[in-house]
Amino acid sequence: MSSGFSAGKGGGVVTTFEAGEVSLLRSLVSMVLGIVAPGETSDDPLERALGIGGGVAPSDPVLARLFPAAYEDAQEASEFRRYTEATLRDGKRADARTLLETAEPGRGELTSEQAQAWLRALNDVRLTLGTKLGVTEEIHEEIEKMPEDDPRYPAFVTYDWLTYLQDSLVRALW
Amino acid sequence: MDVGSTSPITVERPATDVRPDLPWVTIVWNDPVNLMSYVTYVFQTVFGYPKAKAEKLMMDVHHKGKAVVSSGTREEMERDVQILHSYGLWATVQPDSVK
Repeated sequence: MSSGFSAGKGGGVVTTFEAGEVSLLRSLVSMVLGIVAPGETSDDPLERALGIGGGVAPSDPVLARLFPAAYEDAQEASEFRRYTEATLRDGKRADARTLLETAEPGRGELTSEQAQAWLRALNDVRLTLGTKLGVTEEIHEEIEKMPEDDPRYPAFVTYDWLTYLQDSLVRALW
Repeated sequence: MDVGSTSPITVERPATDVRPDLPWVTIVWNDPVNLMSYVTYVFQTVFGYPKAKAEKLMMDVHHKGKAVVSSGTREEMERDVQILHSYGLWATVQPDSVK
């Protein structure tokens, strides 16, 4: 069987990976973990204890995509961000760590909760890579036309593989 | 799945919400990364929508650029947006009057 996911017991999922694929996944997820640093909280000790942040929108395009504005109005978006972004960052980091802890070569098993963490973590990697590569909805046609010696080729092929994995996981969970 | 499990108080929302005024909405915007299958699955998981409804909303996002995916109080919509952001969907909150 090719690599990917299949339905497991009790809403869980069975994973099948080659060793090289696990190391690639690990390095990609570690990259996201590096980008999604713990949130910067307020200088106020009480606000800090409550996980309330500065509310500043990220200027980096990848972070802006991982932590989008919840309101079109900048002031309302900032207020929402102040109260929620630290929790969102913690959640993304926890999802990434779950994947790092449970990714293994050969056959592995994920509980339904771990599978949800994988789903979100894989998507965060795709959002990160997709934003860096500036992918469009015509990505598959682009890859087909791209010469293999194009410097972007390996990254696009990796993105395409992640797309396949994400779709495989959704279908295993359905 | 993990929806509701993080909150000590679970408010059951009826499948067909009949409250006359639901002044706030959650909007999901189209983006080139999120997969159609994934977006459908997230709508089913987060909102408990049947697959057909989740697919229709996903197609609206895909073809029209955005779709209203839930409506309710401002607090409910902010909670929905937070969960959708955890799944990497591009979601915003706005008053229902703004179209």
